[in-house]
Amino acid sequence: MQVVIEQIINGLTIGSFYALIALGYSMVYGILKLINFAHGDFFTLGSYVGYTVLVFASAALTAYFGIWGMIAIAMLVAAISVALVGLIVERMAYRPIYASGRLPAVVSALGASIVIQNSIMIIWGPRYQAYPAALIPNIPLQILGFNISLLQLLILVMSFILMLSLYYVIQKTTFGAAIRATALDRDTAALMGINFNKVILFIFILGPALGAITGVMVGMYYRQISFTMGWNYGLKAFTATILGGIGNLPGAMLGGLILGTLEMLGGAYISSAWKDVFVFLILILVLIFRPTGILGEKIAEKV
Amino acid sequence: MKKFLHIENIYVSYGSIDALKSVSLHIEEGEVVTVLGANGAGKSTLLRCISGLVPLRQGDIFLLDKSLKDSPPHDIVQNGISHSPEGRKVFATLTIEENLNLGAYVRRKHTREIQQAKEHIFDLFPILKKRRRQLAGTLSGGEQQMLAMGRALMSNPRILLLDEPSLGLSPLIVKHVFEIIREINSQGVSILLVEQNARKALGVANRGYVLETGKISISGTSTELKSNQKVQEAYLGGSALKKHQL
Repeated sequence: MQVVIEQIINGLTIGSFYALIALGYSMVYGILKLINFAHGDFFTLGSYVGYTVLVFASAALTAYFGIWGMIAIAMLVAAISVALVGLIVERMAYRPIYASGRLPAVVSALGASIVIQNSIMIIWGPRYQAYPAALIPNIPLQILGFNISLLQLLILVMSFILMLSLYYVIQKTTFGAAIRATALDRDTAALMGINFNKVILFIFILGPALGAITGVMVGMYYRQISFTMGWNYGLKAFTATILGGIGNLPGAMLGGLILGTLEMLGGAYISSAWKDVFVFLILILVLIFRPTGILGEKIAEKV
Repeated sequence: MKKFLHIENIYVSYGSIDALKSVSLHIEEGEVVTVLGANGAGKSTLLRCISGLVPLRQGDIFLLDKSLKDSPPHDIVQNGISHSPEGRKVFATLTIEENLNLGAYVRRKHTREIQQAKEHIFDLFPILKKRRRQLAGTLSGGEQQMLAMGRALMSNPRILLLDEPSLGLSPLIVKHVFEIIREINSQGVSILLVEQNARKALGVANRGYVLETGKISISGTSTELKSNQKVQEAYLGGSALKKHQL
């Protein structure tokens, strides 16, 4: 029993990575009906920016802010710079072709993904990079008899805070209602006085920023990053989005957490070599049996 | 009275099809003006171009002296023109209260005014108050129409554009909707009403225009239109039916 629960905690940890990335997919899909395949690479880019900040942070800075302060700074720098890149990608790769329909936009997204991925390779090199392990303390903790590392606990707490705050903004504020309205019916939302461009600005700042923060967390958790990792994480987060119901933000969070847990349990009790198979098997099953996802059920509009 | 909203010689095309050809009309302050016409005559297009959803190919639209030609929809609401679209288009997965709050999106910083506006809407449509926490998609067609009108009023507009408010509603509800239109107008809101139910529309309007395949063919006061033979035949069910109904 103890091992099962520890595996579930591990699963929730990677599940929260998927969930945070999935939120970015889901927001963009909800508003633009575009699957932003470059989103996984925003995550990778964030991981590399965070890596650079941590590696080049001087001893003086670290002494002044403390190691947790430095990690917070690394996340902040990653979030801001990747949000900027997100805005540039939207301007250059998506905005010019919105009018041409959905398929060209998907192709453009794949193109943007290749450009970002290769830029990362050119800047940081094709080899794996190691997150500065000595910097990040890995303190094992015992909570109620369960083994959990301090880092893991922090990742879980922070992910939940991020998800809950996003949930609050989207579900409880007027601006959040404006975003949901725009996702439902862009023209009628415009008639309410909602500025579509501001909504796009918001999702293309917030999505990449969340992805970037996740990138830093993944770097600290696995201590090794590569310029191609966005593809795998992106696909899994995309699966999480489908599982929860695409365009539905609580669904994206739930889908990510479920997917991570299933992947971990499948890996632990069936075969770790097959864990990616479980993930994509889930994708296929959901697409066959419940294409709207867990929370994706729509309320019929009465005419 | 001054010319409040003034549409000057506008042309709109969808691809190679002209949806509106040389349309001019105006609304004076406090008026109810109706636009009659068959399906596909361009009535909804006319409203959609006033609110900036459809670009003009030619011509201009003025609110007092200000041109609205190049304004995006969210600026046009800000200028006091509110649009309740065809098919109601309530945000089905949002609550009634959220729908109303979005109606006041242009003045979202003024929470006290919004609260007052909401109370006013609830006075007008008590059913909405009872169901304020319910999702808008669960309302009946008539209730959705009331929500759509209430939502459009939340921005405190000077001009309300109403697109087919009676579409698909039972006669009793239609009667109620038109009473509400009269009441909204009596509170000082000018109304541009697009309707298929010509009899009801002319009953509430001061003046009217008839739109035929993108062009205005007849215009005049409601009394003039009601006695116009062409209008009677085409939109009021002809003389035979009229005798029957009277």
